[in-house]
Formats: sequence, C-alpha cells, structure tokens
Amino acid sequence: MSLIIYLRCFNGIVLREALRFVHQKERFFSALVRPLVWLGIFAAGFRSVLGVSIIPPYETYIPYEVYIAPGLIAMIQLFNGMQSSLSMVYDREMGSMKTMLVSPIPRWFLLVSKLLAGVFVSILQVYAFLIIASLWDIIPPVSGYITILPALIISGLMLGSLGMFLSSAIKQLENFAGVMNFVIFPMFFASSALYPLWKIEETSEWLYYVCFYNPFTYAVESIRFSLYSQINIEYSIGIIIFTLIFLFLSILGYDPSRGNLQKKAGK
Amino acid sequence: MQIPALSIKKVSHNFGDFKALDKVSLEIKPGDFTVLLGLNGAGKTTLYSLITRLYNNNSGSIEIYGYNVRSQSVNALKHIGVVFQQPTLDLDLSVSENLNYHSSLHGISKLDASEKIIKEITRIKMDDQLKKKVRSLSGGQRRRVEIARALIHEPKLLLLDEPTVGLDIGSRQLILNHVKTLCKKNKLAVLWATHLIDEIDKGEKVVIIDKGKVLDSGDVEKIVKKTKTKNIREAFNKLVGIKT
Repeated sequence: MSLIIYLRCFNGIVLREALRFVHQKERFFSALVRPLVWLGIFAAGFRSVLGVSIIPPYETYIPYEVYIAPGLIAMIQLFNGMQSSLSMVYDREMGSMKTMLVSPIPRWFLLVSKLLAGVFVSILQVYAFLIIASLWDIIPPVSGYITILPALIISGLMLGSLGMFLSSAIKQLENFAGVMNFVIFPMFFASSALYPLWKIEETSEWLYYVCFYNPFTYAVESIRFSLYSQINIEYSIGIIIFTLIFLFLSILGYDPSRGNLQKKAGK
Repeated sequence: MQIPALSIKKVSHNFGDFKALDKVSLEIKPGDFTVLLGLNGAGKTTLYSLITRLYNNNSGSIEIYGYNVRSQSVNALKHIGVVFQQPTLDLDLSVSENLNYHSSLHGISKLDASEKIIKEITRIKMDDQLKKKVRSLSGGQRRRVEIARALIHEPKLLLLDEPTVGLDIGSRQLILNHVKTLCKKNKLAVLWATHLIDEIDKGEKVVIIDKGKVLDSGDVEKIVKKTKTKNIREAFNKLVGIKT
C-alpha cells in the first residue's frame, strides 16, 4: 500500500473530526468555558491564599493566574482526550466505529490518525484559550506561541492515547461516568496544575511522589516550559515515555487478535 | 478453476461458554446472490464480524478472493463492501461528507471519490440529497446511502447484515431489487443475511443457519426437494424445528 493512500486516509480522518467539531459548536464553547471558569473565578479567589515563589521557568514572582495557565491548557487537552474516547465508546456502541475498523488500511494507522485528529482539535481550543487568557495578562513571549506547539502535540497524543486505551477497556457507555471520577479528577488534582509540587511535598511526602509520577504533571510542566521557550529534559523524556506506553496499550486494546475487543468478542 | 468470492471453512466461535458458531462452512462464487437465512441470534452477525475482521477467527479459515482475512487482511478487506445491521452513518455530517469520509478510508483520491460518489448516489436516485444532513433522511434513505457507500470503492463482495430491518415494505423491496440488479449487472457477489423468508426468490442460493450451525445450503429448489416440503418457508421451519 503506497504512502499516498495512507495520506488520503489520514486527511479524511482529520477532516471528519474537524467537520464534527465545526458542526458541534457547543463542544468548542464548553471546552473553553471550563478553563475560563477556573481562571476567572477559582484563581481570583485563591491568588491571595496560594503564593507562588520564583520557580523555573519563571524569572520573577508571578500572579497565580499565570501559574495555573499551563495547567488549564493541559486540562483542555485532558478533557478533549476523554471526550474523544467517549465518542469512540459511543461510535462503537452505535456502530459507526465499525466502518473505520473494516477499512483495509492497518488498524494501528487508523487509530493513530484518529488520535492526531483529536490533537488537532485540542490545539485549536488551546490557542482560542490563550487569546482569551491575555485578558488576564497571561501573555507569554511571542516565541512561546510557537514553541508550545510540539509540547501540545505530544501531550495531546499522550492524553488522547490514554483516553483511547480506556475506551477499548470500557464495555458500556454508562460506565464512562466512572472514568470521570477515577481518572480525570485524580489526574488533575494530583498534579502540578494548580500548585507547585514543593508545596505538596511540604504537606505529604507520599502524595508528592504520587503527583511527581503522575503523567499529567509531565504534560503540565512540558507545556509550562515550552510556553516560555524553554525545554526541561526530565519532563520532555518522561512525557515521551508515557506517550509511547499509552499508545502501545491503546493499539493493543483495539487489536482484533489480542486486545480488549477480542476479550469482549470471545474465542 | 474460479477463485471463490468468499470461502469459509470450519469456523467456530465462542462467547465464554456459549458456542455462537460451530464449524461453519460456506462458499460464494463471483456473481452469486446468496441469502444467509436464520432466526435472530442464529449467529449471522457473529459470522459477519469474523468475515470483516472486527473479531479474529481462532479456528477454521476465512478467505476473500483467495486472501486469508487473518493473515492477509489488507488484500482481503479491500474487496469487501459492508452494510451493517446497525446504522453506521454519521448523523451530524451530510450525505456527501459521509461518502467522502468512507472514500478516504479506502485511500481514494478526492477527484476519483467525487466521480464515484455521483455515480453511486445517482444509481440510488438520491443525487439531490447530497448536501442534506443524514439526520434529516428517512430510515429507507439512510439504508440506500449505506449501500451506495459500501459500493464506492468498487468491492467484488458485498456483505449486508439484515439491511431491511425496521423498514416499510416499499423501502424493503426497493433495496432488495437494487442489490439484486447490481449482482446481475456487475457480477457482484452478495451475502445477504436476513430472517425474512419473503426476501428469497426462486433459483437463489440459501444458507440456513441456526444456533451457530449451517443446517443446509444450496438452491431454494434443492433444499425444498431435500426436505420434502412445498416451499422454502416450510423447509426452513422443518430444518429449524418450528412447528406450525
């Protein structure tokens, strides 16, 4: 099968995701409202409670809103990844997923294309958020708007593939609510999205390690450093490793001979 | 020797302790219209899931135009068009967007896709509905679009799993005639799964399946003669054990 066939297939999957995104405008706005509520209300209330000292990549004291902005960007991607996995469970139950899975193009390629399509949509949401966030004086250096892009792609892939793996493991649409309680909220709160890790270490050492090894922390910190045109090697390597693990698990989950689909299908 | 469009040999499949398919074998030649007749739960959808490699077959073999579905899936799947029992169109997209999406999944260029879409959509007399959202179409129209979609990449084998379920008599007849015409004109091999006996005509090939086993297969007349009954309905009832 030639490269051009793969490319056409990839374009088609991305275009379909973009069209669904355009047709579901409320999805776009709800994805923006969530982080803006955190920025406008939560951050306003907590800025006097939570002081943030000078920590890399920041070179001076920063308002709390500036600190949580990368966490909220990662939150957009986290929810987008989960939304994509929810739509995959829905598509699987309703049948439309079948049309993709019976294509002659290898399944791993179809799944990676679908993941990248979801990442593309989440990046549009992130840039829309950054434009609105400038009203709160969250204005990174101009180069940051470009250097953040690779971090967004890799963190979007990591969170998307985690969602895809979960979607392969979830048997029914109704079970998806459990994912909210057991995946999204613990991941978000046990991370450096809302408070620096040293603050957590002061309170509880074991919780510090939970937060430190939380994949979401790696997404938040990669985004934080790249937004200021810097690279943190430790977080960059970590996020790549987590992405490869989740990607492998999600492809395995949809493999007709070994994955979760086969377990559900019987023998 | 002519390569069969579909060749299934001794395929079994279990869901836990439940045996959904038990050493199923059947063969379809190019240009054949074959009806897979069975009650609900007979194993028709499981068989389709194995043919389309939604699940892997762990016993027996399935070949499409000589290509093994499990080990040569790319070449095997290239030859099939599928209409699933559940509707699979994206309701939020237009007819044209749905068909273009399907074309891209088969690596067809935009230019080729436009031509093929027009050809197929005209054939089902819905060329004026291309820009309409699928959500606004009737059940029968949606089914016709699904059949058009399954034919865009010019498959040689068309699999339809209970395509007329839930449709009125007029739409059912329209779809059935359309597929039978395609079969005759284009030498398309068709496997049509149904539990509706009135969809079978004289001279057609039938595979009767029940509780995961193929009970009999062959021409309608042959099955009727073999079971010493008057028609295919009586033959089916006798084979499956339905008392009338």
